[in-house]
Amino acid sequence: MPKLHIRTEINGEPAEFLAEPHQTLLDALRNELGLTGTKEGCGTGDCGACSVTFDGQLVCSCLVLAAEAEGARIGTVEGLASGEALHPLQQKFLEHAALQCGVCTPGFLVAAKALLDRNPDPDERTVRYALAGNLCRCTGYDKIIRAVLDAAAELRGEPA
Amino acid sequence: MTQPRSFRYVGTRPIRQDGAEKVTGRANFGADLSFPGMLWGRVLRSPHAHAKVVSIDTSAASEIPGVKAIVTSADLPEQRPGGDPTDMYDLTRNILAREKVLYEGHPIAAVAATSREIADRAVAAIQVEYELLEPVLDLDRAIAPDAPILHAELRCAGSDPKPEGPTNVASRILIERGDVERAFADADVVIEREFTTPTVHQGYIEPFACVARTTEDGQSTLWCCTQGPFTVRSLCAALLRIETSKIKVIPSEIGGGFGGKTTVYQEPLALLLSRKSGRAVKMVMTRQEVFRATGPASASRIRVKLGAKRDGTLTAAEASLAYEAGAFKGSPVVAGAMAMFAMYDLPSVRIEGFDVVTNKPKVNAYRAPGAPMATFASESVVDELAASLEMDPIEFRLKNAVRQGSVAVYGPKLKAVGLVECLEALRDSEHYRTPLSENQGRGIACGFWFNGNMQSSAQIHVNEDGTATVVSGCPDIGGSRASLALMAAEELGIPVEQIRPIVADTETIGYNDGTGGSRVTYATGTAVIEAARDIVLQLRQRAAAFWDTQLENVGYEDGKAIPLGDAAENQQPLPLSTLARRAARMGGPIVGRSTWTARGNGPSFAAHLVDVEVDPETGRVEVLRYTAAQDAGKAIHPSYVEGQYQGGAVQGIGWALNEAYFYDAEGHLQNASFLDYRMPVASDLPMIDTIVVEVPNPNHPYGVRGVGETSIVPPLAAVANAVQAATGIRFVDLPMSPPAVLAAIDRTRG
Ligand code: FES
Ligand code: FES
Repeated sequence: MPKLHIRTEINGEPAEFLAEPHQTLLDALRNELGLTGTKEGCGTGDCGACSVTFDGQLVCSCLVLAAEAEGARIGTVEGLASGEALHPLQQKFLEHAALQCGVCTPGFLVAAKALLDRNPDPDERTVRYALAGNLCRCTGYDKIIRAVLDAAAELRGEPA
Repeated sequence: MTQPRSFRYVGTRPIRQDGAEKVTGRANFGADLSFPGMLWGRVLRSPHAHAKVVSIDTSAASEIPGVKAIVTSADLPEQRPGGDPTDMYDLTRNILAREKVLYEGHPIAAVAATSREIADRAVAAIQVEYELLEPVLDLDRAIAPDAPILHAELRCAGSDPKPEGPTNVASRILIERGDVERAFADADVVIEREFTTPTVHQGYIEPFACVARTTEDGQSTLWCCTQGPFTVRSLCAALLRIETSKIKVIPSEIGGGFGGKTTVYQEPLALLLSRKSGRAVKMVMTRQEVFRATGPASASRIRVKLGAKRDGTLTAAEASLAYEAGAFKGSPVVAGAMAMFAMYDLPSVRIEGFDVVTNKPKVNAYRAPGAPMATFASESVVDELAASLEMDPIEFRLKNAVRQGSVAVYGPKLKAVGLVECLEALRDSEHYRTPLSENQGRGIACGFWFNGNMQSSAQIHVNEDGTATVVSGCPDIGGSRASLALMAAEELGIPVEQIRPIVADTETIGYNDGTGGSRVTYATGTAVIEAARDIVLQLRQRAAAFWDTQLENVGYEDGKAIPLGDAAENQQPLPLSTLARRAARMGGPIVGRSTWTARGNGPSFAAHLVDVEVDPETGRVEVLRYTAAQDAGKAIHPSYVEGQYQGGAVQGIGWALNEAYFYDAEGHLQNASFLDYRMPVASDLPMIDTIVVEVPNPNHPYGVRGVGETSIVPPLAAVANAVQAATGIRFVDLPMSPPAVLAAIDRTRG
C-alpha cells in the first residue's frame, strides 16, 4: 500500500510527512519528523509519556493514527517554550525538582498545560486526577503536583 | 578525613544542569537516536514457559526482502559455567536460548531488517520446533520431589549433606550467631508467621533501547540506556568474545532503572546484527517484552520467628527465606537475609536462605534488592510483638534499634548510624499525634540498606576562563550530576553555575562501576571531591612557583590561591580564573583526576509512618498520609534526596497494595501491560512528607550516605501494619489488593 501524504500543523507551524496507513501519530512524530521529545512508555495508552494535544484536546499519540493528523493542529513538548524562555510549567518543574530520570516529563508537561488551559485554578485533587493518566515511577508525584500548582499560581499572576 | 564545618554550595538546591534539555524534549533517551540507513532489530521469543528447542529454521525468514541479518544462539560462543559475579554460561543462554526455553518471552533469535514491520514479519516466519515440558511456576512446585528440573546440571550449593541429584534449589545459605534455642527459651513472647510476596517489576517508564553500529574494521559503537555502560561493554565483549577495545558504549539519558538496567538483554544482539549486516541496528523493546523478559524482582516465601522479653528487649530471631530466581540462579536472597534484622541489636539469630529457579524471567536487581520483602516479614512480626507487649511500636523499636557500636546482624560493628534519629523524628512529629477516624489505621516500619562501594573515576577540566567540566562515568538517573557539580563547586570555591557536569562514554573516562547500590553521590562523589582537591593542589603549586615560595605558604579559599606566612606580605590572592587564563605560561592545562575503589560506605536507615483508610465495602486501601524519615548522612542536593525518599516510598506502596505478576497454569504472564500491572498513579496518593536526618557518614569527606534504595524497604510492612491497625487483620500475603482485603474482611464477618 502506498504511503499517505499528511499535511498538518505542529506547534503552530505547517508540517507534512509520509506515513504508512497503520502508523501511529507517535511513531510519525518520532521517526518521520524527528520530534523525539514525545516519548513511548507503553504504546497502549496506559502511561501518558506520549501525550500531545490534538486540536487542543489531550490525547495519547500512540492511540492516534498518523493519518488522522491531516488538517489537525498538534501540540507537543517541543512547542511549550517560546524562544529563549521556558514555559512557567517547565521552569517550575526545574525549580521543584519534579523530574528525576525525566522520561515522563514531556508527557506530564503537555498534560499539565492542557489542564491549566481549561482550568487555571485547580486544587491538588483536581491536578492529581487530571494527571492520573501519566505514570511516573521515579518521583512519587509529590514534586510534580507541587510544580503544577505553583505554575498555575504564577500563570494566574499571583505573587509566589 | 576531616569535615568542613560549614558548606557554601553543598545543601543548596540549584537547578540541575541537564534540566532544560529534559523539560524541552531535547534530551536523548535510549530510543531517541537514529541513523540514515539504519536497520530495525526484533526478537523472536518463546511462547512457552518450559520446552526443549528441537530445531530452529530461519530459511523462510531470510528470504523476505529487506531482511539483512538473523542471529541465533549458534552465533554466540559457548561459555564456561561458574563465573563470578556473572555466570556467562547462564547469561549467554538468557540472551539467546540454547537447549531449552525457560520462560515465556525467552529470546530464541533476532532479525535485522529495513523496517520494524519487515523485522516483525521475519520473526514470525522463523520456524521453531519445541518439545513441551511441564513449567515450574512457584516455589512449592520447584522444591517438590517430583518437580520438573530446569537445569540438569544444577546442584544445590551450600547444602549439607552434599547433594546428589539435580535440583531447582540453586543454593542454600546460613547466617548464624549466638545460641538461638536458648535465646528463644529466655523470651517471654514468641511470635512466628509465614509471609509471601509476588513477582513485581521495577516498572521504569523507558523500555530498553539501543542502537549498535559497526565499521568494517570491526569497531562497534553502542548507544543504550543503561545503569552501567562499562558493565554493558564488558558483558558484550565476553558474550561475543571480542576485545573490550572493540566496543565503545555511549550511555544515553536513562528513563529509570531501579536496578533493572544493570545487565544486558538485546544489546549484544544489536551488536551481533550490526556486525553481521554492516549497518546500524536499532532495537527498542515493547512494554510487553519488558514485562515478560526483563528481570523482575523475586517472589518470596518467608517464615519469621521473633522472641522478646516482657520489657520489650528482643532476644532472638529465626527466619527461613525462599526466593525465586527465575530461569537462572541468582536471586538476592543473601542480601534479604542480611538486611531483614539489621535494624536491631539481636544477639542470637539464625537465618536460612534458598535460591530457587522457576520458569519465569531471570530476576534482576530492584532497589535494595532482596530487602523489601524480607523486611515486610520481619517488620510485620516486630509490630505484632510490640502490640502483644502493649508497647508503643516506635518505643519498642527504639528500645532495640542499632546505634553506634552495635554489632550488625550481618557482621560489622556499626559506626555512627541514624536509625534512632529517624524513629525519634517520627515519634515527635505532628503526624504521629493526629487522631484517626473509623476504618483508619496507622503503621510504622523501619528499613536498612548496606549501600554500595565499588570503583569510580572522575576528572575535572578547568576551562580557560576558570569555569569547569566535571566528567564522570555513572549514568545520572535521579539528579546525580547536580550533586557532583555541587561537590566540585564546594572544593574549587566557584559558583555551581560555572560547572558543567557530564556523563562520559566508556572511551572518555576511566572505568566506573554502574549506577547502583546508591553509590554515585557517595562513591563517584568522593572521586569528584578528590579530583577537585587534585586541582587545588596544582593551583597552589602554580601560585607557589609564581610567588617563589614554598607550597605551605599557599592556601586555597573561595576559589583563590591565598598567600600565607612570608608570602602574605607582598602577594595578592590569585583567583582560579586568573590561574586558568595564564595556564599556558604557568604549567599548562589544568586537569584534576581521581580513581578509587570506594570503601566505607555508610549504611542508611529509614523509618516510615503511614495512615490508611480501608473501605469495608470494597476492600480498597487508601493511603491518607505518609512521612518518610531517612538518614542521608549529608544531603548534597536536598531536593533530589527528598525525591529518592518519595519515589521509593511510592514504589513500596505499589508493592504492598497492587503490584503482582499473574501467570496462567501454562506459565503465560496474564498482565504484561501498565493497564493490568497496576502501579500507583497521582490520584492514588497523598503528598509524601520527608524528614531528612543527617548523621554524617564518618567515612566520607562530607558525611554522605547513599539514599536511593533504603526508601523502598519500609513501606511494605508500614502499609501492612497500618492496614492491620485499621481492620484488625494481619495480612501476610502481598499484594493487599481490594479483592484480597475484602475477602479477608468478609471472613471476619463470618
Ligand atoms: S506510550 Fe502512549 S500511553 Fe504509553
Ligand atoms: S521522573 Fe522518571 S518516570 Fe518520572
